[in-house]
Amino acid sequence: MTSELDRRAVVAALLKEPGELLVVAGLGTATYDVGAVAERSLNFYLWGAMGGAAMVGLGLALAQPDRRVLVITGDGEMLMGLGALATIAAQRPQNLAIAVLDNASYGETGGQQSHTALGVDLAAVATGCGWTHVCRVREAAELDTLRRRLREEPLFAVIPVSRGEPSRHLPPRDGAFLSSRFRAALGVA
Amino acid sequence: MQQASWQDAVYEALRRAGIRQLAYVPDAGHARLIARAHEDPEMRAIVLTTEEEGVALATGAWLGGARAVLLMQSSGVGNCINMLSLPQNAHVPFFTLITMRGEWGEFNPWQVPMGSATPRVLEAMGVHVLRAERAEEAAATVEAAAALAFDSTVSVAVLLSQRLIGPKVFVR
Repeated sequence: MTSELDRRAVVAALLKEPGELLVVAGLGTATYDVGAVAERSLNFYLWGAMGGAAMVGLGLALAQPDRRVLVITGDGEMLMGLGALATIAAQRPQNLAIAVLDNASYGETGGQQSHTALGVDLAAVATGCGWTHVCRVREAAELDTLRRRLREEPLFAVIPVSRGEPSRHLPPRDGAFLSSRFRAALGVA
Repeated sequence: MQQASWQDAVYEALRRAGIRQLAYVPDAGHARLIARAHEDPEMRAIVLTTEEEGVALATGAWLGGARAVLLMQSSGVGNCINMLSLPQNAHVPFFTLITMRGEWGEFNPWQVPMGSATPRVLEAMGVHVLRAERAEEAAATVEAAAALAFDSTVSVAVLLSQRLIGPKVFVR
């Protein structure tokens, strides 16, 4: 693939004017991306628990049905928790969306090819699991529409991004601080 | 159902603890709780494909101000090991009820290794382990365990012994 987007620019576009959006970031570069473009109390960054981002999003979405939840993660993290796509589809939460930044590789560990480089189609997996709102976005011009859809629809979006490693920005990694800050900002502490 | 009374008491204990999300990988020993959850308009019953999903779900629920419980069989504990770092690191409660296999009259040898290792695996990951052996103590144990988890913000498992559940009967 040659026409891929820059991941940090994608995340900046998706988190523009985040308002009250509840954001869960999957471990690795997705966490760095979210922290770099929009560090805020209503972000919950995963620094471990690989494969858990989508399910953290589901628990949160079910607990807060009147708020929008957006999970931003990478292809490797999503692949480790593929079953979550089935579990979430079965629950049909209307307020949860997932955006997968797909660089077809494991960027944290040396750039080894992931399954999406080897023929696995995450959007098709989601469709097969029962997600009814699924899209692939390849052009920067589509990002404004994608931002709106991620905040209005139960959408599963796959966004191919380039493999180039962006500058490493490290958001807070004290999980107790992150959870306390998040709950206080949400008014449930 | 023969054992409905103590299991109904356990369900009432879950409700009194304020739990509103009940995640599960199906197990015969949890069947009554699962059925009750699906009948209860104030409980969200969430069937999982694998147990660690429930650990992450419970963390998300707490972030959103809700309480969750994970129901699983001892064979599912191994699937959860790394994900148990999530509630521990995030200082979030985690509460699970585990039906034991591989201990009391087990017919299936494939259940024995994980059943035998279950308490040690949980404790190795920082989970407080309580155990219910008798029907009359099950609900009180669940109630105390839920209070420990949600009031002291720790991970807590209640092992429901195979003697309590009754060994699975295979027709030969």
